[in-house]
Amino acid sequence: MPPEEVTTEIVSAPAPGPIREAVAARRDPPAVRWALIAACFGFLGLFLLLPLATVFVNALGRGVEVYLRALTDPEALSAIRLTLLTAGIAVPLNLVFGIAAAWSIARFDFAGKRVLITLIDVPFSVSPVISGMVFVLLFGAQGLFGRWLIDHGIRIVFAVPGLILATTFVTFPYIARELIPTLQALGSEEEEAALTLGASGWRTFFRVTLPNIKWSLLYGVILCNARAMGEFGAVSVVSGHIRGLTNTMPLYIEILYNDYQFSAAFAVASLLTILALVTLIAKGIVEWKSEAEVPEIYKVSAEEQP
Amino acid sequence: MALRLKKQSVLPGFGLAMGWTLFYLCLIVLIPLSTIFMKSASLGWGGFWRVISSPRALASFRLSLGASLIAVAINGFFGLVVAWVLVRYRFPGRRLLDGLVDLPFALPTAVAGIVLTTLYSQNGWIGSQLAKIGIKVSYTPLGIVVALTFIGLPFVVRTIQPVLQVMDVGVEEAAASLGAGPWQTFRRVILPELLPAWVTGITLAFARSLGEYGSVVFIAGNMPMRTEITPLLIMIKLDQFDYAGASAIALAFLIVSFSLLLFVNLMQRRQDVAQALR
Repeated sequence: MPPEEVTTEIVSAPAPGPIREAVAARRDPPAVRWALIAACFGFLGLFLLLPLATVFVNALGRGVEVYLRALTDPEALSAIRLTLLTAGIAVPLNLVFGIAAAWSIARFDFAGKRVLITLIDVPFSVSPVISGMVFVLLFGAQGLFGRWLIDHGIRIVFAVPGLILATTFVTFPYIARELIPTLQALGSEEEEAALTLGASGWRTFFRVTLPNIKWSLLYGVILCNARAMGEFGAVSVVSGHIRGLTNTMPLYIEILYNDYQFSAAFAVASLLTILALVTLIAKGIVEWKSEAEVPEIYKVSAEEQP
Repeated sequence: MALRLKKQSVLPGFGLAMGWTLFYLCLIVLIPLSTIFMKSASLGWGGFWRVISSPRALASFRLSLGASLIAVAINGFFGLVVAWVLVRYRFPGRRLLDGLVDLPFALPTAVAGIVLTTLYSQNGWIGSQLAKIGIKVSYTPLGIVVALTFIGLPFVVRTIQPVLQVMDVGVEEAAASLGAGPWQTFRRVILPELLPAWVTGITLAFARSLGEYGSVVFIAGNMPMRTEITPLLIMIKLDQFDYAGASAIALAFLIVSFSLLLFVNLMQRRQDVAQALR
């Protein structure tokens, strides 16, 4: 974030923050304004608030005791354990990748950079079912390595390794996507200074780069983790629905729901909903923190806003 | 050779970081994805075409495309309204709504699926009201549209919001002082500026809706030919061990998704160029 950008922004802005906003709001006729606000509340209420309320009303509808019993059921506990294990492996793998990808893309110029960025995004645009399917094609009984795996008694698909692979595929881009823009915006002056002062490459990374990117790194991890724990389509393909053995929480919810055990399904769903809400709150905090940590000299334009 | 491909830099670690990036990308993404091409190729052109053009596959394409288009149209309109209201107006509850917009990103799709099915089933809060006027949502194509609308909601809002935030109010004032009415200002001044972001958001939501599985399978009813989306058909073919058939449908689907991704990339590049020129 070079200081020049900030100055041009101030020069080109016609009026500083509060006045701009007041002008913008005044220009819409009140009737239009209230109609739009009502439409916004109506749409988001219908599609966001009502579903949220549904989760907790149905989870707690039969009392706290039923709720707690559903969550402490051995099958529920094994689903929770498996979910934690899957995310616990997939997220660190993607974290290391995210840092490596961001370092090479944001710090060096090389041929084919755009292609690489596009390829990293690929798992975003692949249907979850297809993401799971590719591992069945590779490691399933009729898959590419199927025969070899059977001969050696190794199970990947319809077992835990398949769940981990599918989850890793689906959550592949999350941390890299958060880190690349942050690292690009920071520029490499501080790192170059550290290197010229004699710090080693690793030392520069841990003492200069890492503290600078810690908030977006944290947010990337939180986002990646939320998706890893909540992934359904991809793990559904590779799980083979072996009860209690390869059920993650989302798969267990499906089984309970199809068995008409609605309160138990919603009890497990409420845990994942809480995780989603924590993710949203964390996003808010991280955004606020990273704004607050912008060095003083860059704050010129920010101070003029309300 | 390496020097020519990469500009020189004083920073260390390019070899290690780049090596790991490419290795991991190939291992987790590229090699697994390539199996789809290999498996579909085993069918040959004729076989591939027979799978793709079977009535059941065609019905699923029509449903997936149609339901996604309707859902995206709803999100295109309300996404613009929500982004406008959140950026331009100040009212109690604004921050809460703003934070909640990302809920469909964060909420696992299986949870979204059972919640929406419950809400819209005939004894659910919304479903029971709609049943009175004879509208059935759960277990019909309409249910699929509801699920896809939920899933695509954040995309349009989140792509328009930053553009609206940095938009120069001076241009609007100039338009007004030159005699343009509010509607004319919106259509002639604001809309052209929003258009690239709007189209990007809509395309992203569309791509996501096409592949969506978790939230839809609960609410759809999953009747072959009627409420069977393409990802579900792939799943069914896999369960029947028809790997080649599943790959053929997946390949057709991937081509559509990648074209959309390419389109979004081109849009963003155009936007970057336009911003650089300003």
